[in-house]
Amino acid sequence: MSTDALYREEILDHYKHPRQKGHLENPDIHYHDHNPFCGDEITIELKVEDGVVIDAAFDGRGCAISQATASMLMEEIVGKSLDEIKTWDKEHILDLLGIEIGPVRLKCALLSLKALKAGVWGLEEWPE
Amino acid sequence: MSTMSSAVLDRTAALRQDFPILQRTVAGGMPLVYLDNGATSQKPESVLRAMDEYYRLYNANVHRGVHTLSEEATALYEGARAKVARFINAPSANQVIFTRGTTESINLVAYAWGRAHLGPGDEVLITEMEHHANIVPWQIVQEQLGFTLRYVPVTPRGLLDLDALDGLLSEKTKLFAFVHVSNVVGTINPVAELVARARAVGAKVLIDGAQSVPHMAVDVQALDADFFAFSSHKMCGPTGMGVLYAKRDVLESMPPFMGGGDMIREVTMVGSKWNSLPYKFEAGTPSIAEGIGLGAAVDYLQAVGMDWVQAHEQELVAYAYGRMSEMEGLRILGPGPDQRGGLISFTLEGVHPHDIAAILDSRGVAVRAGHHCAAPLHACYGIPASARASFYLYNTAQEVDVLTDALHKAQQMFS
Repeated sequence: MSTDALYREEILDHYKHPRQKGHLENPDIHYHDHNPFCGDEITIELKVEDGVVIDAAFDGRGCAISQATASMLMEEIVGKSLDEIKTWDKEHILDLLGIEIGPVRLKCALLSLKALKAGVWGLEEWPE
Repeated sequence: MSTMSSAVLDRTAALRQDFPILQRTVAGGMPLVYLDNGATSQKPESVLRAMDEYYRLYNANVHRGVHTLSEEATALYEGARAKVARFINAPSANQVIFTRGTTESINLVAYAWGRAHLGPGDEVLITEMEHHANIVPWQIVQEQLGFTLRYVPVTPRGLLDLDALDGLLSEKTKLFAFVHVSNVVGTINPVAELVARARAVGAKVLIDGAQSVPHMAVDVQALDADFFAFSSHKMCGPTGMGVLYAKRDVLESMPPFMGGGDMIREVTMVGSKWNSLPYKFEAGTPSIAEGIGLGAAVDYLQAVGMDWVQAHEQELVAYAYGRMSEMEGLRILGPGPDQRGGLISFTLEGVHPHDIAAILDSRGVAVRAGHHCAAPLHACYGIPASARASFYLYNTAQEVDVLTDALHKAQQMFS
């Protein structure tokens, strides 16, 4: 596989210049998750009005795939309803990334969606 | 570019032919540059053949049957034990206990020796440099046995802080368990001094040799280890096989680890009597093909010569250390090449270790990324993960060049 297929320019751009990175004041939804395999960490914060996300932020550290996915997801999410977010799955993230991804790195790619969905569903922690 | 002598390079080229997997390509036609030997080594043809022949020609259970196949299988399996004993200079093959690997060997000591010898008020001393295999078993039995677990700190240069030993070793210390060669910082620990310090307070010594036995000549009697553990799969042998060596009186003072067939002399409904060494610690049908495979791996390494293996890796790691040190933003964990085994863990500014490994993989280079099962050591350095290139007898200086070129590429992509 060529490195270009692995890291599209857009992914590298989101990694180097993350959008919506930081914290919100008094977020309505807040969720932290991590991947113990590689130490990737993500915190997601959302402001919600009438069931619609009006602002979103993430903070975290980790590989380009995990951090770029979080950035892309946070950019996309503003204006979306919680009901719609609840329907997003693995395919949604793979479409967003636009690259083929192996099983190990899939965990990096899905970390922010996992945190986002846990937050949106109001979970205290991810069920085992 | 290479600083290595042509005689060494000729030898390496010949040895590479012994490893079928090194002929394959990855990532769409790139030659495989396998630098993940710290995780597991590749296997030579002779090891593959020995295991294949067992299943084709001698497959039978050991120590049981009186039929031809069982006798042949037993002779091969016990022959492997004798080879291992000679390889590490154990006084007797009866002191070589076959396990599933270093992890099981240390668990055996924690459960069998620990239950007989550790209790409240006692201390077990390990180090911040340990692999999880020499941390977690002690944490588990600690809950049941009530002893205290203490850690020797690691200096910023990746050496054990020997000055701290005075405050950590006392007559309460029943066991000092430490890694021979670190799988992260590569440090070759000063075994003689550590053993002497443990002896001074009457503590037993366990040495984790997972990263030393594959790479250098090891003499367990010269090291004066009470316990010495290592794995087959990092030394050209198969997975699922490992060794626990221990002194005879120590083994005799221990109850069995697991119960079952082969480890008993007599079983009645009231109780059982244990078999003699080493079988007391080997319950159930063992990994027979893997034992035979380990025997073949020992033959292979002895034919190559462990002093040559170590010298070769020393040259490689010195060369790699020099080239990697030239790179801006690249930080090598651990000491200089004169104090380390054949591996280098590092971080690259702005590029997560996972991304390093993925970019290297796209160029055919296999390295490890993560915490290498040594999360506490990474915590000491304040980093969640690192990338690691680990060498073996078949690696070349040219492969180091492929590695460093790929690292430059990763740096460019992320700058």
